[in-house]
Amino acid sequence: MAEITTEKEKKEPIIEFGKTERKLIADPLNDNNPITVQVLGICSALAVTSLVYPSVVMSVAVIFVLGFSSLFTSLLRSYIPKQVRMIVQLVIIASLVTVVELTLKSVNYPIYKQLSVYIGLIITNCIVMGRLEAFAMANKPWRSFLDGIGNGLGYGAILIAVGTIREVFGKGSLFAGSPIELKIIGPSTDYWIDTVNNGWFSWYANNNLMVLPAAAMFIIGILIWIQRSYNTKLVDVS
Amino acid sequence: MGEFINIFIRAAFIENMVLAYFLGMCSYLAVSKTVNTAFGLGLAVIFVLGITMPINWVIQTFLLSESGIFGIDLTFLRFIIFIAVIASMVQLVEMVVEKVSPALYAALGIFLPLITVNCAILGGSLFMVSREYNFGESVAFGLGGGFGFFLAIIAIAAIREKIRYSNVPPALRGLGMAFIITGLMGIAFMSLMGIDPAALASGGN
Repeated sequence: MAEITTEKEKKEPIIEFGKTERKLIADPLNDNNPITVQVLGICSALAVTSLVYPSVVMSVAVIFVLGFSSLFTSLLRSYIPKQVRMIVQLVIIASLVTVVELTLKSVNYPIYKQLSVYIGLIITNCIVMGRLEAFAMANKPWRSFLDGIGNGLGYGAILIAVGTIREVFGKGSLFAGSPIELKIIGPSTDYWIDTVNNGWFSWYANNNLMVLPAAAMFIIGILIWIQRSYNTKLVDVS
Repeated sequence: MGEFINIFIRAAFIENMVLAYFLGMCSYLAVSKTVNTAFGLGLAVIFVLGITMPINWVIQTFLLSESGIFGIDLTFLRFIIFIAVIASMVQLVEMVVEKVSPALYAALGIFLPLITVNCAILGGSLFMVSREYNFGESVAFGLGGGFGFFLAIIAIAAIREKIRYSNVPPALRGLGMAFIITGLMGIAFMSLMGIDPAALASGGN
């Protein structure tokens, strides 16, 4: 069985970028979004979205882990016995997450501290296991890799959208903590819109609800509402 | 004893795994459609969290840390070891429950294997390491965290059973509504933040 599949793969080019491949990347961004449609991977994500910068770092980490764990699982798929596949998948994921954790620790320690246990929790992020089980165990390496990247992008898009809304309305800034911090609205002259000296915006105050973890739930709930209003085939009938 | 009660109450109510840290969200949203199944999953989580937490504490302290029996810092292996312990404990618990109580096994059904990838379990172990709990404290934290998950999933399942009879906009039905309810519950649980468990445990005011 294993020999037949390897022979078949040799005939086709290993890396191609046709219609199917584009669909693998584009689908998870809307129709099959991991967070709003498949409801996977909410666990470790929502607590990091109070600022945009940690959300971006988290998304990059998840895209990396998802892409490469799909690739490796797919390469090994004909050698993994069915009974122990969960353990094998978990070991692949856990090794990749360890690589990410150690890299982040040495490159950017403050953000590593801020994300704390949530980097480790990428292991149990259901999205990774879900994609390995549903796609990588049954498909060729290149497509599995693209599927992983696509789902990571879909996840990151939601994460960054939520992070942007929460940071702008909750703190009045954007990308705080990163080298390109923008100060948008706030009570001092450092900000673009100065609520103390600018009469038009003297009523404005930061919304403290947005800083609370619960705000992430509301925002995702509303994002789901908007998405399903446009995309009626996703509506829950039950 | 007081500090254990303190940690239990803190983990169950004030720093609730689901409503304050969003851990275990996947199974929390997927399995909360009816109270019966939510009850089964809640029990299983208390069980597994209460068992894996002390085991992981022992491994972390005696095998992985620098003062352990190997004498070198092996903490970079933490993720792999912890997840392996959790996966094998879930497997073991599944086999024991199947032998001892077939009725409970039938009730828990598919939820037991699902617990392996429940973020609350691994998250609990990682919090235990980062907060440097001792053995007794990690047992209390495990049981408290499991109890908090149990409470949260029962509560949302009961609300979702009732909300089926309400007039929710079609696009918001099901998942969207579950998110918003969870947000509201999170805010409700925040009002418990003013409680000082230390004062309660010592019996003072």
